[in-house]
Amino acid sequence: MAEVDKAWVTIVWNDPVNLMSYVTWVFQKLFGYSKERAEKLMLDVHHKGRAIVSSGARERMEYDATRLHGYGLWATVDQP
Amino acid sequence: MTMFRRKGGVCVATFSPQEAQVLRQCVAELAALLNDAPDPDDPAVERLFPDVYPEDPEAAAEFRRFTEADLKTAKLDQAKTVLSDLLESGGEVRLAEEQADVWLRALTDVRLALGTRLGITDDTEIEAELDEAVGRDPRSPRAGQLSVYAYLSFLQESLVGALID
Repeated sequence: MAEVDKAWVTIVWNDPVNLMSYVTWVFQKLFGYSKERAEKLMLDVHHKGRAIVSSGARERMEYDATRLHGYGLWATVDQP
Repeated sequence: MTMFRRKGGVCVATFSPQEAQVLRQCVAELAALLNDAPDPDDPAVERLFPDVYPEDPEAAAEFRRFTEADLKTAKLDQAKTVLSDLLESGGEVRLAEEQADVWLRALTDVRLALGTRLGITDDTEIEAELDEAVGRDPRSPRAGQLSVYAYLSFLQESLVGALID
């Protein structure tokens, strides 16, 4: 039976090196998020250890993860 | 310590020869790490090239086959840009937005590699670690690396600040 189109997600994980200001800036730059939304996501990553930063088709999530790796963020793709 | 400031449309910093030397050496070491067929079991390499599918090694490996070479090339290009923008003698560096973006990514890679080697965790207090290492032996490699790490963090923070200013 075919898999239903369940959304995939890109997850960014907390790491002890990346600066909070930088992570916020990367989220704004790559996803066009507002400063408020980017900051909220950054804080989620920081305090909860991870945050979903985008969701959609698998290929799109792989693209997002690759771009995040280009900026040194620790990103993975998952289908929750 | 040198920091970036916003002047008109660009981010500007003036490096001393010593600062330029330290930064250039770090970036060159990163480029060497990337160039010498990166060892996938090296924690610094693992951190620079994370697995997209940590629970599915097969999918992760396949994804890697398609993307890793490009990611490596991009990281090497970033390192080369910094090395060409920053003279060995130091001096003024002026970065337009796109160039600042490249510098931020290169500084991130250098800090990730160095931070991994130093065993930096969320609980690490750099200043306290540095004081302790200096107290034990100011000429130890760890004291030197911690001080470089602290400097690079400060420099990167200033560049983010200048860019969004």
